[in-house]
Amino acid sequence: MGDNNTMILNMGPQHPSTHGVLRVVLELDGEVVVKATPDIGFLHRGLEKLAEHKTYHQCIPLTDRLDYVAGMSNNLAYVLAVEKLLGLEAPPRAQAVRVLLSELQRISSHLFWLGTHAHDIGAMTPLFYAMRERDEILFLFERVCGSRLTPSYFRVGGLAQDLPEGFEEKCREFTRTFNAHVDEYETLLTRNKIWMKRTQGVGILSAEEAINWGQTGPNLRASNVNWDLRKAMPYCGYENYEFLVPTGKNGDVYDRYLVRMMEMRQSNEIARQVVDKMPGGAILADDPKVVYPPKDKVQESIEALIHHFHLASAGFPAPPGEVYASIESPKGELGFYLISDGTNKPWRFRVRPPSFVNLSALSTMVEGRLISDVVAVIGSIDIVLAEVDR
Amino acid sequence: MDLATIVDRVKQKFPESVSEVSAFRGETTLRVRSEDILPLCRFLHDDPETAFDFLIDLCGVDDLPREPRFQVVYHLASTKTRLRLRLKASLPGARPQIASVFSVWKAADWLEREAFDMFGIIFAGHPDLRRILLTPEWQGYPLRKDYPLRG
Repeated sequence: MGDNNTMILNMGPQHPSTHGVLRVVLELDGEVVVKATPDIGFLHRGLEKLAEHKTYHQCIPLTDRLDYVAGMSNNLAYVLAVEKLLGLEAPPRAQAVRVLLSELQRISSHLFWLGTHAHDIGAMTPLFYAMRERDEILFLFERVCGSRLTPSYFRVGGLAQDLPEGFEEKCREFTRTFNAHVDEYETLLTRNKIWMKRTQGVGILSAEEAINWGQTGPNLRASNVNWDLRKAMPYCGYENYEFLVPTGKNGDVYDRYLVRMMEMRQSNEIARQVVDKMPGGAILADDPKVVYPPKDKVQESIEALIHHFHLASAGFPAPPGEVYASIESPKGELGFYLISDGTNKPWRFRVRPPSFVNLSALSTMVEGRLISDVVAVIGSIDIVLAEVDR
Repeated sequence: MDLATIVDRVKQKFPESVSEVSAFRGETTLRVRSEDILPLCRFLHDDPETAFDFLIDLCGVDDLPREPRFQVVYHLASTKTRLRLRLKASLPGARPQIASVFSVWKAADWLEREAFDMFGIIFAGHPDLRRILLTPEWQGYPLRKDYPLRG
């Protein structure tokens, strides 16, 4: 029991709607939430500490395990930070492939969100539809790097290997059909009376509040703030593609839903453009001090083998300094802040986790509302606890 | 308004506070006196010219064995000017304490709690400063350099 008239209810960490291991301590007056206190850290693995003891290359697989439904995006933000630190730029083909895979990753992340979020609120069918298309994307990733969730495919200076034969055609096929699938999801939800009743006017954040709470990504844009790093501070050549930044009006759960649905269409459009404009050429920057030699050379020549061995074991020293690089990940601004002391390992490896900061506004969004709204709001923030807890 | 003008404006307004302006890879860092962090941040946030409405990130750094040992790093961004700025404040190893900027940006709530959890940096004026990722009874501060990798 809390105060005389309130009850303390423990929600999570095993509750299915908490998307992993989030625990929220709810103080309730009847069915109304008086106070919501999130309790996190159940998945804390000390990732930032671990990274301080690994070479810059060895940190890449660690980043897969942050937001594990968007591994490509995590890899991208990290390699961009290291490249910035080194003053290195990946060749155009590598940049285009990065954009292509990151946008497909955004679609798959949003699909996963859509399925689970709708399921939380009681609509079961969208989950099966969303998983169907998500699996197509994961299948594409598997063709590229042999892995569905933990790609580690982007490397400092470029990519691990070139795209497989016929990959572009597979992507084209996907982009041709995907818009019709989004229409399918929308027929299930967008004008669905129950869905609208459960989500409209729930968990409202005004534009000022959203910015002040550090919200980024679809959560911020749903509050009618036109802020997308792909437009505001472009990276990887995003300025070469035409796309819109969808925004909402009311900043409620429904608008976050709409924004993500529209974003999937835009990502599909970007992916289509990238495939059409895909440049040829090298996939790795020409800098033997940091970039691995091509695999076929390693298997043929002893010099390349030694080179590979040296980079894999000792890594490379980075110039002393500090950089922050960030991308518009599916969840929001994902940034890496690296401090180098001139050795082969980062002195400080800081992840700016979008889920963590977005989740910090949960209490503001649910206090004074019904307990069933808590489920809808948590789903709408789109958190991955592995990234929140690191 | 470009970043150089903003930096000049800040230096004019707080001549004593900014001890060093450095640029690396196109990023600007202001090293500021830790006592002045709150008024400085409030100015950067409220002033219509600077308008840093976003506190993107706040984190600690342990520079052991150098002294002052701890740094608190603030990453700011502005949706109006589309600029970024980094602030760094140094704190002594013996008693690392700095004013909380929660009253300026609510985003500081959990970020400051995390810096406290990982480094033991005290944010004076924070409404609810307690551990966030680790359990309340945890001993030590894991991201300090003298904390072992295997706990």
